[in-house]
Amino acid sequence: MANANEAKTKTSPTPAQPLTAIAIAAPVAGWLVPGAGHIIQKRWIRGLLLMFAVVVLFLAGLGMQGKVYAFNTGDLLDILGFFGDLGTGALYVAARSMDWGQGAVHRATADYGTKFIIVAGLLNLVSAVDAYHIASGKKQ
Amino acid sequence: MTLELSHFSAAVLFALCASIVFGITQRNTTREMLRYGAYCFALFVGGVIVAGWAMWIIKR
Repeated sequence: MANANEAKTKTSPTPAQPLTAIAIAAPVAGWLVPGAGHIIQKRWIRGLLLMFAVVVLFLAGLGMQGKVYAFNTGDLLDILGFFGDLGTGALYVAARSMDWGQGAVHRATADYGTKFIIVAGLLNLVSAVDAYHIASGKKQ
Repeated sequence: MTLELSHFSAAVLFALCASIVFGITQRNTTREMLRYGAYCFALFVGGVIVAGWAMWIIKR
């Protein structure tokens, strides 16, 4: 009997979490401003550390003359680069509007910078998903 | 503004930032976050050193 109950517990689906306002606002804020998804949920230290990591990686990429991709329909890697860069949210908008990140093909480290910027965007998306998990109660 | 980083210092900066995010997002408690972040950082930097020596050996 106990085994039957245990099996039933294991196979029963996880109940759906109610979609609250904070569960929508946290990932959106976290995407737009790195770390903000955690900060609005009063996870100050985590939010500031995430902000530090993403902003430093993004600025280091720009400093290394990395390229910020614009929307394009060209090479597949360029399209993926655009979506990676877009993950940085407001940083991407600021960089595009200020015309930063033109890339310098004559510098060996510029390619590293391009990758730094893309990874900053991807890490920011991971942070935004984490903010959603906290807001929906899946994580402390 | 131009940032002049060597390959190694660029790799360490990358490892630091990625480890912070991985540590915070992939674990639940503060202690686990610190441990996992340090673990990721050690693997990143250790991997760079091992890869560097491997390339040096291949070159010889």
